[in-house]
Amino acid sequence: MANLIAILAGVLCLFMGVVVISAKNPMHAVIALVANFVGLGVLFLLLHAEFLAVIEVIVYAGAVMVLFLFVVALLMAGTRAPQESRGKNLPGQVPLALAVTGVFAALVVFALAVRTVLVAPPPSTTDFGSITNFGRALFTTYLLPFELTALVLLAAVIGVVFLARER
Amino acid sequence: MTLPTVDFLVVSALLFAIGAVGVMVRKNPLIMFMAIELMWNAVNLSLVAFARQFQAISGHIFVFVVVVAAAAEVAIGLIIIVLVFRHRDQADVDTLNAMKG
Repeated sequence: MANLIAILAGVLCLFMGVVVISAKNPMHAVIALVANFVGLGVLFLLLHAEFLAVIEVIVYAGAVMVLFLFVVALLMAGTRAPQESRGKNLPGQVPLALAVTGVFAALVVFALAVRTVLVAPPPSTTDFGSITNFGRALFTTYLLPFELTALVLLAAVIGVVFLARER
Repeated sequence: MTLPTVDFLVVSALLFAIGAVGVMVRKNPLIMFMAIELMWNAVNLSLVAFARQFQAISGHIFVFVVVVAAAAEVAIGLIIIVLVFRHRDQADVDTLNAMKG
């Protein structure tokens, strides 16, 4: 059962990723990316990352993609919507990009196939990745990185307000 | 039953490759940005898979930090895209040639 769910979620992720990069309309790409994040959330749940699965759906599929949606609606709406110019690529741009990333993906998959130690994972302890354990680690051992993430977000907020101010 | 870690890593590698193709092939800045998000999340997936493999909760903490960094990056990046492309006819990074040598 877990196998079936994992296969479905993985196929959903990959298919929606292809839809994102091939969509003509950015709005369709946003919707596909939301579906991709939901699939990733399912995979996180299967890997015993409970808190991260919730974060993936709430923060990514919720907050970040709503931000994308606002910007798509702001830039792409109306009759004078900016368009992506077609058929003016650099020479060999698409074949070269596909070849380079194809070689990369093939190398990674080959390396993983050779390294058979990863095939058999250790049996998970029952409470690994539970929200209790995650919270305890976050607020004791990793308290300083947690506080620094607040600083990163503050810097981002100040930067956005600075860039968006009326001139 | 436990699912093999390798399968998750293969999905992660393929997702990263899809995102890289998107950045190299597309010219719409918003779709390039979404392809970058795909790559962030591919790396997150492999971090979570390795965290389970080695029973290390620090991998989860690292993914949390990555998510926060990605959210900050999206906020800054989108406001820059809005400022640059608001008064242009084409949403196309090829038209940004002000610094052409």
